[in-house]
Amino acid sequence: MNAQNNVSRRALLTGGLASGFLLAFHLPLRAAPNEPVQPEDKTDGKFAPNAFIRIDPEGLTTLVMPQVEMGQGIYTAVSMILAEELDADWSKVQLLHAPANEKLYGNPIFIIQATGGSTSVRAFWKPLREAGASARAMLVQAAAAQWNVDPSSCTTSKGAVTHKASGRTLAYGALAAAASSQTPPKDVPLKDPKDFVYIGQPFKRLDTPDKVNGKAVYGIDAIVPDMKFATLAQCPVFGGKVGKVDDRAAKKIPGVRQIVVLDDLVAVVGDHMWAAKKGLDALDIEWNEGPNAKLNSKAIWDDLRAASAKDGVVAKSTGDITKGLASGEKFEASFELPFLAHATMEPLNATVHCKPDSCDIWTGTQIMARVQSEAAKAAGLPVEKVTVNQHLLGGGFGRKLEPDMVVAAVRIAKQVDGPVKVVWTREEDIQHDVYRPVYRDTIAATLSGGKIASWKYKIAGAAIIARWLPPAFQKGVDIDAVDSATDVPYEIPNFHVEYVRAEPPGIPTGFWRGVGPNNNVFAVECFIDELARKAGKDPVEFRRGMLANQPRFLSVLNLAAEKANWGQPLPARAGRGVCLQPSFGSFIATVVEAEVDEQGEINLRRATSVVDTGIAVNPDTIVAQVEGGLIFGLTAALYGEITIDKGRVQQSNFNDYRMLRINQTPKIEVHVVKSGEAPGGIGETGTTAGPPALRNAIYAATGVALRRLPIDRKLLAAGKKA
Amino acid sequence: MHMATTLTINGETKSFDAPPDMPLLWVLRDILGMTGTKFGCGIAQCGACTVHVDGKAVRSCVLPVSSVANRAITTIEHVGSTPAGAKVQKAWLDAEVVQCGYCQSGQIMAAAALLAATPNPDDSDIDAAMAGNICRCGTYVRIREAIKHAANGQS
Repeated sequence: MNAQNNVSRRALLTGGLASGFLLAFHLPLRAAPNEPVQPEDKTDGKFAPNAFIRIDPEGLTTLVMPQVEMGQGIYTAVSMILAEELDADWSKVQLLHAPANEKLYGNPIFIIQATGGSTSVRAFWKPLREAGASARAMLVQAAAAQWNVDPSSCTTSKGAVTHKASGRTLAYGALAAAASSQTPPKDVPLKDPKDFVYIGQPFKRLDTPDKVNGKAVYGIDAIVPDMKFATLAQCPVFGGKVGKVDDRAAKKIPGVRQIVVLDDLVAVVGDHMWAAKKGLDALDIEWNEGPNAKLNSKAIWDDLRAASAKDGVVAKSTGDITKGLASGEKFEASFELPFLAHATMEPLNATVHCKPDSCDIWTGTQIMARVQSEAAKAAGLPVEKVTVNQHLLGGGFGRKLEPDMVVAAVRIAKQVDGPVKVVWTREEDIQHDVYRPVYRDTIAATLSGGKIASWKYKIAGAAIIARWLPPAFQKGVDIDAVDSATDVPYEIPNFHVEYVRAEPPGIPTGFWRGVGPNNNVFAVECFIDELARKAGKDPVEFRRGMLANQPRFLSVLNLAAEKANWGQPLPARAGRGVCLQPSFGSFIATVVEAEVDEQGEINLRRATSVVDTGIAVNPDTIVAQVEGGLIFGLTAALYGEITIDKGRVQQSNFNDYRMLRINQTPKIEVHVVKSGEAPGGIGETGTTAGPPALRNAIYAATGVALRRLPIDRKLLAAGKKA
Repeated sequence: MHMATTLTINGETKSFDAPPDMPLLWVLRDILGMTGTKFGCGIAQCGACTVHVDGKAVRSCVLPVSSVANRAITTIEHVGSTPAGAKVQKAWLDAEVVQCGYCQSGQIMAAAALLAATPNPDDSDIDAAMAGNICRCGTYVRIREAIKHAANGQS
């Protein structure tokens, strides 16, 4: 970092303070490169009692973010939790992306340094509060020692310690040096939630001001001096290799500098993305397509259906399922969900500078430390020689829980002299995703006295956990694949859940926003509606009858029904559908209202969610996450499907992998219930709620019980029978 | 062939060498280092690359640089200096529209062009102007609310 940049950063800090907040992870210099190196986490001269808090002598309070910001508002929530217990001056808070460091910044739920599964607030709630409270206690001790008073006679507020009796006050900055030599207290008390001043208030997000003026720097925006630009093509058939490459035409494209041919991919390096892209288009590549060359969707579904007919590993069993299913009329159904691509708005990218003895990376990832270690392997360097500069993520949704975009860029960069920014085209992004797996769920159930008496549920699908976090894959049960299947809200006397591991041949599968619950909440809540109809009951009433011991579920269900005008008349071919879900440690009821036209096309009229997520750290963010999550889920229900033919993904861009747009978006209301319980997860809850609620609305409107996604309009045209 | 090209961007004259068929998007991002304008799809399907040419919202990912010489180009970095752009940016923050934010440069450019042409848009005007802009985070409800808020002149 040269002196000029240091001066500029200093100026920015000062200017930023005047206007309130600032983020240390960008330098919005006009006509200058985007900050190529993340500000270092320097602790000298600062009070730095733990991994998360640094206070300098001027009181500037730097909070280090252990979870990554991909739109979910976590930088603000993490800061609020730390600032709450620290009693920090919010106007002096600045943020720093955490570096790759699993020990300091590992997610307590995953152990590894990962952001996903709606875990951030749940996992870090206690450690962040303790970090804030402990730092505060050390500042109080330092002030009390200086004043020669009992620490318990001091109070803190907005970044200062006060001794009321004598009217003395010291700002945290002035105490930074003295606090550094204090011993951290053991078992520091945490605030009573009734004393929270930040948590529970609708705070403005810290990351949004620079996202409305073009200054925010995502991974794709990294500008490193003298860098080149590249784009790549991997074999269109999964697992295939590069055969022959004729690059004569590509080399004639102005701005093309280099063709990089690796065993499984080809990249074109140029002066800008346009040259790289034109160069790639001009290449004549012969691929060795390998063993998946004939793979198609039909074969994948045949395999999965066959697997799902087998017995699975028991994930949960209470009561006597055999006896239960033997008495009374048995109802059965199976539900199927397709492969899905993530399609983050920011296409995959990484900028890499590989030198003989080091490797520098600029990207936005959900897995900092894993990216560092995988990059080290690809670069053939010790892990400490690899630096990952984290950026804001233009969407994650689970796609950036995989290191492949960085590994590919490192392998390309190893062949390039100087830094290179590797950007995937949208087509490459859609066709070389790590897809939400196909799932098939089979359910058998019996009814007794208007309630479910027995319930046998079997999931067949990929075990993502077995690949992604092997130690968590125990006794053949994928804890993600059965999530929200083993813990349905309803009281069912004979209850049995099985899991069949079924890996689709050739297709890489991974986490997708909503993860395992996306599958299970859909199948469970759709079948609950079918059983309600068999029992002759209203879907809300039917659910209520099985929630006697579930006050939090009952309360959100009742409020959602009320807010959504449940039971009020609707036009012909319009209906309301409900979804109640246990996922991510939150309690959420959702009602979707939809209308089906004569051709089977669907008009979303309204969506209402009631959320009990425990203590709501930043309530407006919770509302926003549920709004957006619903749209993400409804998009998948209406359009989402990746299909395979000849070993290739058939979709390629937003023209054939469609997204919901503003003109199709319904009115959405989200109500957050006040609660003093520990916080639950929120980022994925709307996504899991949308599809079953919509499907049940269609069921109510047309009588057609859809059992596959995406929704097949042909089954819904007027005149079709259930 | 690379050609010397001169454009007027955000009121400033910029000269550079670029192939005439090179889309404006890549000129902005990769030659001029103006990264506020985003790459999303490359085929004018998502609107992330939206800029103004003579005040109208256009998709810069399919706009050859040779077609915009002598036209006034405005990007997200400068739209705040127009009355409609400033209103939109403020409304976006007031309504806390933004999540990941990657599409929001394009959303804001589309909304600013809408308000400049149609100061009091109704829902169908908003649909028509904004349906070309995808937001994967699903901020549409707040985008609509923010446009109405901006239209009410609360800048």
